[in-house]
Amino acid sequence: MTHSKLSFRNVSRRFGEGEKSFLALDRLNLEIADGEFVTVVGPSGCGKSTAMNIAAGLMGVSDGEVLVDGKPVSGPGPERGVIFQQYALFPWLSVRQNVEFGLRIKGLPAAERRRISDHFIGLVGLSDFADALPKTLSGGMKQRCAIARAYAVDPTMLLMDEPFGALDALTRVHMQDQLLDTWSRERRTVFFITHDVDEAVYLANRVIVMAARPGRLHKIIPVDLPAERNEEVRLSKEFAEIRNQVWHSVYHQKPLIEA
Amino acid sequence: MSAAPSTAGAPGTRFSRLGLHLPGLALNAVAFLAGLAFWWAITAAKLVVLPGPHEVFVRAIELAVNGQLALDIFSSLKRVLTGFVLGAALAIPVGFLMGWYKIARALIEPYVQFFRMIPPLAVIPLAIVTMGIDEAPKIFVIFLASFLSCVVATYQGVISVDRTLINAARVLGARDRVIFPRVVIPASIPFILVGVRIGLGSAWATVVAAELIAAQSGLGFRMQQAQLYYDLPTIFVSLITIGILGLVMDRLLQAAERRLTSWQERAQ
Ligand SMILES: Nc1ncnc2c1ncn2[C@@H]1O[C@H](COP(=O)(O)OP(=O)(O)OP(=O)(O)O)[C@@H](O)[C@H]1O
Ligand SMILES: [Mg+2]
Repeated sequence: MTHSKLSFRNVSRRFGEGEKSFLALDRLNLEIADGEFVTVVGPSGCGKSTAMNIAAGLMGVSDGEVLVDGKPVSGPGPERGVIFQQYALFPWLSVRQNVEFGLRIKGLPAAERRRISDHFIGLVGLSDFADALPKTLSGGMKQRCAIARAYAVDPTMLLMDEPFGALDALTRVHMQDQLLDTWSRERRTVFFITHDVDEAVYLANRVIVMAARPGRLHKIIPVDLPAERNEEVRLSKEFAEIRNQVWHSVYHQKPLIEA
Repeated sequence: MSAAPSTAGAPGTRFSRLGLHLPGLALNAVAFLAGLAFWWAITAAKLVVLPGPHEVFVRAIELAVNGQLALDIFSSLKRVLTGFVLGAALAIPVGFLMGWYKIARALIEPYVQFFRMIPPLAVIPLAIVTMGIDEAPKIFVIFLASFLSCVVATYQGVISVDRTLINAARVLGARDRVIFPRVVIPASIPFILVGVRIGLGSAWATVVAAELIAAQSGLGFRMQQAQLYYDLPTIFVSLITIGILGLVMDRLLQAAERRLTSWQERAQ
């Protein structure tokens, strides 16, 4: 049995109190293996970000528990890298200073920080903008900076909330391949939220489909495609079939009569 | 802090800056000269019993040459800056405390909100009775005025720091004692600087009024003396000096604010 890197055990999350309270996540059960790449799709408001924030240790549960490496989550930690839906760059720091933020906290010496930030800034194609402030970057560039910042601290697990949402199609494909490349080389566990069904299938070992009102697990769709993903895979018949299956389970969910 | 990069958009910016500022400055000058002409016209025509620009200018030179103007400016500025620096120096830590710790907020906020409703000038009679008529009551009142406006702004700044920025720092491994100096302080600087500007404005307004009531020197005191002798040109010189000094201090702070918050996204 492979051990779970991340487990959701009967996790519920309720917002607000009493009459007006809202169940954002209803008894979510999910085991994500070490080194696995899962993508999460579902209609807006189905609790994807909520689940991620709980795993990140930024939000508590109302019920159930979340384990990372078998230990209950009690707060955030640098072994879990997070990329937020809103880029959350520090606007007073340059691209490089943003990328080095986590490295400073780790207490790395300047030369080492510089080497690492150079590498990741290059990886996301921002070398010419290393000294620029976030306000001068486009949405896609901000997102790439946030990605470099999360990668730089070398987390064993990445929690990504629509990280490629603001990118143009070309950059997006490039970033997807970069991510797969890093992932296959270093075997990080990835929990990746997206609205894009193609992206979900292309990247994942398993696609987690969620349903809304209340936010819950709808279906888990395994992606039986070659481990090495490339253009050929993207255009294959098998890819199209899985894609249709995911599409169907996202957009033709039967409404649940809520108790 | 690094300045904005000089990559894309620099020529465009320079162009629009010239395009906007030159006519702006020219219009300012036109308005100033028109105002001066209007003042000259109504006083020359004896429509109002006020000194004209010439008379006031002559008095200003006189007061400048005999050193009285410099002395008055010095006394007023000394009071303002002492009270203001003390007020801001206390307000900023207290504001941070209130924004960061719920307990501190609950304990301090009612007092701040209450005292904010009392105009600082209304405290002068009490201050004179309890502290005498020398420097202490004036400085105290200015201190109070600048403290109250700074403390509210700082506290507002801290509570409105974007939660996602704090979360971003936490997931990168930062603890509270790192988040505070590295995230909360820089993120609240724009608010604090606005508070400091408002604080200096109210300190300046307060000092002049305080000097009207009890002082041996200062711009407010000078006007009060001039009033006894029906010396209108001196009153004008003092008023204009007060306006100019207030404007200069405000512009200096505004420039500092621009520099310190150049990272902010501003709606054009
Ligand atoms: N802090 C909060 N207070 C109250 N309700 C909240 C809060 N955060 C989320 N919710 C609610 O919980 C539900 C799930 O939100 P969540 O952000 O997890 O959705 P999502 O699946 O990420 O949606 P999207 O795809 O639009 O990002 C939503 O209905 C939202 O209104
Ligand atoms: Mg979301």
